[in-house]
Amino acid sequence: MVDWFDANLVSILNGFAIGSLLFILAVGLSIVFGMMDVLNLAHGALYLVGAYLAYSLLDGGATWGAFLGALGLAAVFGLVAGGVLSGMTEPLAKRPILDQALLTLGIALIVAEILAIIYGNDVYRIGAPPGLDGSVSVAGNTYPLYRLVLIGIGLFLAVVVWLVMEKTSIGALVRAAVADREMVSAMGIDNRKVKVGVLAFGSVLATVAGVLGGPVYGVRPGLDETVLLLALIVVVIGGLGSVKGALIGALVIGQVDSLGRALLPELASFVLFGALALVLILRPQGLFGPKKVAS
Amino acid sequence: MSAPAHPSTDADATPGAGSTAAAPAPPVSPTRRGLLGAVPATVVVLVLAFVPFFLAEDPVTILTRILVFGMFAVSLDLLVGITGLPSLGHAAYFGVGAYTAGLVAVHWTPSAPVPVLLAAGAGAVAALLTGWLAVRSHGVFFLMLTLAIGEIASQLALQLDDITGGSNGLPVPSIRFGSEPFDADFRIAYTYWYVLAIFVVGFAAMWLISRSPFGLALRGIRDNEDRMRSLGYTPFRYKYVVYILAGGFAGLAGGLFAQVNRLVSPVDAGFALSAITLLALVLGGAGTLWGPVLGMAVVVIVRDYYGPDLGGHGPLVLGIVFVVAVYVLPRGMAGLAGLLTGPRRRTRRSIVPGEERTS
Amino acid sequence: MSDHLLELSGVTRTFGALTAVDGVDLAVPVGSRHALIGPNGAGKSTLFKLVTGSMPVSSGRVVFDGTDVTRMSESHRARRGISQTLQHSSLFLSQTVERNVLMAAQRQPGGGRRSLLPRRQRAARDRAHELLTDVGLANRSAALVSALSHGERRQLEVAVALACEPRLLLLDEPAAGMSPAESSRLVGLLKALPDTVTLVIVEHDLDVVFALATSVTVLHLGKLLLTGPPDEVRASTAVQEAYLGTGREALFLDTPASPSLAKGDRTTELGVG
Repeated sequence: MVDWFDANLVSILNGFAIGSLLFILAVGLSIVFGMMDVLNLAHGALYLVGAYLAYSLLDGGATWGAFLGALGLAAVFGLVAGGVLSGMTEPLAKRPILDQALLTLGIALIVAEILAIIYGNDVYRIGAPPGLDGSVSVAGNTYPLYRLVLIGIGLFLAVVVWLVMEKTSIGALVRAAVADREMVSAMGIDNRKVKVGVLAFGSVLATVAGVLGGPVYGVRPGLDETVLLLALIVVVIGGLGSVKGALIGALVIGQVDSLGRALLPELASFVLFGALALVLILRPQGLFGPKKVAS
Repeated sequence: MSAPAHPSTDADATPGAGSTAAAPAPPVSPTRRGLLGAVPATVVVLVLAFVPFFLAEDPVTILTRILVFGMFAVSLDLLVGITGLPSLGHAAYFGVGAYTAGLVAVHWTPSAPVPVLLAAGAGAVAALLTGWLAVRSHGVFFLMLTLAIGEIASQLALQLDDITGGSNGLPVPSIRFGSEPFDADFRIAYTYWYVLAIFVVGFAAMWLISRSPFGLALRGIRDNEDRMRSLGYTPFRYKYVVYILAGGFAGLAGGLFAQVNRLVSPVDAGFALSAITLLALVLGGAGTLWGPVLGMAVVVIVRDYYGPDLGGHGPLVLGIVFVVAVYVLPRGMAGLAGLLTGPRRRTRRSIVPGEERTS
Repeated sequence: MSDHLLELSGVTRTFGALTAVDGVDLAVPVGSRHALIGPNGAGKSTLFKLVTGSMPVSSGRVVFDGTDVTRMSESHRARRGISQTLQHSSLFLSQTVERNVLMAAQRQPGGGRRSLLPRRQRAARDRAHELLTDVGLANRSAALVSALSHGERRQLEVAVALACEPRLLLLDEPAAGMSPAESSRLVGLLKALPDTVTLVIVEHDLDVVFALATSVTVLHLGKLLLTGPPDEVRASTAVQEAYLGTGREALFLDTPASPSLAKGDRTTELGVG
């Protein structure tokens, strides 16, 4: 057992790094969906925007200024994108979920294509900021320091989001809205403002995740789809609108994906789908989802 | 340009097109209505059959692709427009069919129509295996699950490179009839006729399914699943069966694609295909069967015909068209046909007919 | 075995702290015309849902034709011959009138095996046309449901329910919103149904109730108050005072504005929603 852990330590750590990133992505997607019934298929495209921003700023040299600048720009872009998405989906709010999903799909196509026009089809690597670009020794394995930092950031964000959700009035509002969507308007709160806020929050997380993930996964066309798919699987497994679900789903999928690739490279996709199928057969509403959604 | 249907062909196949609002018409025998509808359909097929005599090779090639992807769009319409199952991963079954036909052609026989028939079977089996899980779920869970199925199919195609050729794709031998390959001089025309024949058979089969009592039940499930339960139906069974059928027709289209394109690669099972096919449904009008073929014609022409002129950025144009269409064309071109003949109803319109009901 | 088609024993349904249907025992003989009356919030619609299976019981048993169907799904019960019309229209709005009836008619007969044979389809279509003629909608069969008037929709509901060839037909306020002519036509149609169809009807229009019913049950705040022949119910002082005395308004005088009645009203809302 100890040997097994030793042999696969790198894969396990990689799994945590992926899980960390997935949590940041999935929690936004999950809350946007749980509260607003908007399935935002442009979420992956927003990640891609963040990653390309990181590439653009860090290409001249991986300095802290550039890295933080990329984070700041990504956050601003995410805020704007959230507002735009909110405005664009509003006229369709009364239509079935498919219509809104298709709209965000169209937006995702446009964004991805514009990025392809600007950056072409090349695969880019992105450097980590100085001080974090080295490796450290973890139980005899050398491991990139930045990935450990990424795991730390993921855990930190998880704690912050958890605190916000459990201890603040905003969190209480979100939880109430996930449980009963009528609640928000019944409480006399402007539904549209909540929507802008929630979508902006989700979008900022997506673009920031793009910057944070850049030094690990680089950036390439098509990454948006991969990322969106993994985040969706996390959301389905974890349950819609649940922060705890997003965290545990992300950690599970991170490990399944990473260990799956290491141990069963041919079957990694099957393993992923198998995990998804298993959860849905046992708990159709996801591990921590509200029951009503599955009806 | 291809226009494989005249609006009147299917006036009775557009339940929510907003046309038949008034008119307490005396009951017309459905058989007679069917016969009347058959006339323009026959004309369209005849015109299409003579196309290679009039058009140059390039347009015929494009038309061939339109028919291939058009049949795929119709199979998706069976799910989305008729049954109200919004699948984001239907390309998975197209891909399964394409790889099956390709592998059959490589390892056994490229002789028509063996590869495409086996492709249809493989698509149906794939839908049988995955659909059980997908169809049990509702709403956004269905969206997500089908998306996952589609992505995993293309990932598999990429990873199983011993069999599929991975990202290089799988080269497929050209079609043969018996043991003879098509005459090189007329290869494009023969290929077109072969595709047209299978398209006509596939379309007719799907049309009959949608007009049958089974199809009526599917529309009932789309409009009000709970009510169907109280009428004694078990919606799950109907949805599962139509999911398998749609998978089979998607496989058939995929098989044709493999033989026509002579190269199958992982993107052919991917999300992009599902996405542009949904666009075709939005453009053409979901639930009409013929509308999506028109929508697919627009998509294929923009992407494959004008694509090179757009600097390879046809997808950008398609994305913009997509966004605009969702707003202004909730019933697609078929909806436009309805607007011409009927009063514009101020109901909340949606892409899938019947869903406005949910108030 | 008994000659009762429907037997309820101790049927109860609670919503949180509210009890919408409270320990109802009821036996409906084969072929009877049974009316269920009571003020708004008495639990009539909820009771129907418990019988059809669209809502599970909290406790108690539902026995249909000698079989315990308490745990049976709605569609299974429907296939055994329980059919209903709902208080809130549940027609297929984007379909034509004829197709709405066909949706039910094509499942029959045999309760399961549909057939793709043209002969069977024609039989279903003939049956649909016959039913539409019966309810007076024959000339509207090609119209979309969304184009029908309220009264016409109620008529169509009845046609759809009959197309299921039910053995037990539950009608929830079928005459609501109908003109006097339409509602007397409906009474005629229901009266002409063969004895093989057992009828349970919720109706506020007491003319309809007393024209049809062979027995009447009064429900109040989820509890069964009284069951008996129409004359007996009409003669009952409690019911008379409560019901007929107020000019056919569905009000019980004992607690016109009491909290318990308000509570009952909320129950109905929950039950319907």
